[in-house]
Amino acid sequence: MPDPRPLAANDSPTARRDFLLRTVAALVAGAALPLAGLKNVASAAPPAAVAGGPTGPVPTLDISPQAGEDVLIRMQRELARALVKPMDERKWGMVIDTRKCVGCAACTVGCSLENKLPPGVVYRPMTDTEVGTYPNVTRRFIPRPCMQCENPPCVAVCPVGATFKRPDGIVAIDYNACIGCRYCLTACPYQARTFDFGADWTDNAASGRPAALALDGATGYEHLAGFEYGEKWTRAEGVIPQSPVGNARKCTFCAHRLEKGMLPMCATTCIGRATFFGDLNDPTSLVSELAASANATRLKEELGTEPKVFYLL
Amino acid sequence: MDRRTRALYVERAVWPIGRGDRKFWISVMVLGALVAAGVYAWIYQVQHGLWVTGLNQKVSWGFYIINCVFFIGMSYGGAMTSAILRLTGAKWRAPLTRIAEATAVAALLVGAVYPIVDLGRPDRFLYILRYGQVGSPVVWDLVAVTSYAIASFVFLYLPLIPDLPVAKAALGARAGLLGRIYDALSLGWKGRPDQERALARGIGIMAVLIIPLAVSVHSVLAWLFAVTSRAEWHSTIFAPYFVLAAMFSGVAAVIIVVAALRKVYGLGEFIVAKHFRYLSYLLIALGAGYLYFMISEFLTDGYVFESGTTSGLQSLFIGQYAPEFWSFSVGGLLVPLVLAALPGRFPVARATVASVLVVAGMWLKRFLIVVPGMANPIMPWEWGQYQPTWVEITILVGSAAAIPLMLIVFFRFFPVMSVHELDEVEGRYEVSSRHRIPAYAPVYGAGDAGGGDD
Repeated sequence: MPDPRPLAANDSPTARRDFLLRTVAALVAGAALPLAGLKNVASAAPPAAVAGGPTGPVPTLDISPQAGEDVLIRMQRELARALVKPMDERKWGMVIDTRKCVGCAACTVGCSLENKLPPGVVYRPMTDTEVGTYPNVTRRFIPRPCMQCENPPCVAVCPVGATFKRPDGIVAIDYNACIGCRYCLTACPYQARTFDFGADWTDNAASGRPAALALDGATGYEHLAGFEYGEKWTRAEGVIPQSPVGNARKCTFCAHRLEKGMLPMCATTCIGRATFFGDLNDPTSLVSELAASANATRLKEELGTEPKVFYLL
Repeated sequence: MDRRTRALYVERAVWPIGRGDRKFWISVMVLGALVAAGVYAWIYQVQHGLWVTGLNQKVSWGFYIINCVFFIGMSYGGAMTSAILRLTGAKWRAPLTRIAEATAVAALLVGAVYPIVDLGRPDRFLYILRYGQVGSPVVWDLVAVTSYAIASFVFLYLPLIPDLPVAKAALGARAGLLGRIYDALSLGWKGRPDQERALARGIGIMAVLIIPLAVSVHSVLAWLFAVTSRAEWHSTIFAPYFVLAAMFSGVAAVIIVVAALRKVYGLGEFIVAKHFRYLSYLLIALGAGYLYFMISEFLTDGYVFESGTTSGLQSLFIGQYAPEFWSFSVGGLLVPLVLAALPGRFPVARATVASVLVVAGMWLKRFLIVVPGMANPIMPWEWGQYQPTWVEITILVGSAAAIPLMLIVFFRFFPVMSVHELDEVEGRYEVSSRHRIPAYAPVYGAGDAGGGDD
């Protein structure tokens, strides 16, 4: 099987990192035997949406791309094919073609609506940088989802194991465990994590519901449930605000949509077909094909985080 | 030391015990009101979520992390001062150790609360015990701070044991229930030679133990920052840098508390200019060391001109954070060092002013570590901004007020200067060879050369 990550050679930072991790693990295991009572949430608590096979469409057997076919159709077919595999045999990845991105931020908006994100919490911002001086000037658009790193720095620093890497490579957060220390926000080199500070879009807006409407228009929207990790999360205010308020939040590659056989919202909503999504463990998938192209790169390769989001330059 | 001087020393040491005069109650009420305001602000924050603070997505660590490092650092100085003076057998330490040890505990209690204040879900704080991940520096912190807290309590308590009968005697017939508490706490202290030996050994062990413990607390706090990939923090010098910063600000805090209590409790006959001069020497040595670390950091970072570090340095030297940076470097480091080092008149006032500047400067320095480190963008976008709201400011004021509040309440029950320590350094007991080292003891009561000129 061809390695979809062209830059991961044997003497890459990954190998060193593995070595270090194993050394530390051995040291810690030796030192921590008396601490055996400490429970590991990451391994103890099964993340939501892990179990169960696909409930979506039946996979088709035809794997070859059709001439003139929309990439969304191909990705959808490959998604269905990946979902019949056991979870630990998939490795979700994303490819973003910066040459096709027009900077419309439809992905940012689609994501915010899909996940009912409060103000400030953005899973997929689109950075817009001006390059060069007139007359040679251009705008560079970089949409930035979570990189779903193979070596996620955010996971290592979590004091309670509330964030963990799922078998399919998605870095998830357990909203029932996160204590809100925001250490993962500082550890992430991509600023891919945001914190739910508890602000609402309607804060400081005129309050009270108009009798004529008989429903709470804007505030009603605030309390619609999000469905991250396949569970219902309402940001209801209690004696103290309930999770995910007070928790770290991040892009999940729309894990709850994948589970139902749907592509992540950003891939679906991209007007330029610049976002590709699929299984990097499937050598024939579109993302494997694109990630292996010569102009594919990843952000901050030097950190050895091994992101699973690729950019085509 | 003659009997009359010792009697005066004891009188001064126990003077605040059981004294509920108007000044005391007004101080308790004012400080208590400030603490209550801080607690109210925190409850407000818990109810509404952290968005009522100035924290935001880019600068998501702010006042609370700064204050945590600041107050725990302050605590460290108290413990170190006392431990160093004991280990070096400095005979002049007797009137200072109790104050230094109590300051250490009070500042630690305040600093240790801040991680909880910082949490988005403080109700889940105990998850750290239940689900603690050994790999997370937050858990290292918890372990280090807890062990240091226990040690600093013991370090305050052990030398207090022989003074408890003194405190009880001061209350005389009024002791009542309190007297029984003193008896219980003093664990049957009679001053027998075997008890003296056991106590001396216990204190000796704690004085040695508290140093690595305090070093570990501040190293771990530094690693909390240094293990991230942020340019400002990812530095090998961070742990010793933090340890030195803690000692520097801590010694300054001890000088302030000593000066204040000297005034309030009228200890001027026993805590004399010489004490302030010696503490100033300690302050100068630590400050000079800190300056050296700072230059070493900025030179190695600035010379290479790597993009991340460069933008951070620019923001400090000439950019957005220049006012805070130069206030700290000049007002909080150079000026106090000169002020404390100059020979001449007003040693007490000069040491105190220098210490106030150092403490304020070291708070600013922690601000300059945390906030620009967060605000400096690590992705291609704008710098973050941080403007604390009334919530953070009220909590800071309230928590700072808790330290004097705890101290005056503590010294209402326990002698402010260690009587036993005095007897020990004055050679009333021959308990350990360590204390036979001749030292430059000021002559108590006789007045030092510069004793009265503050």
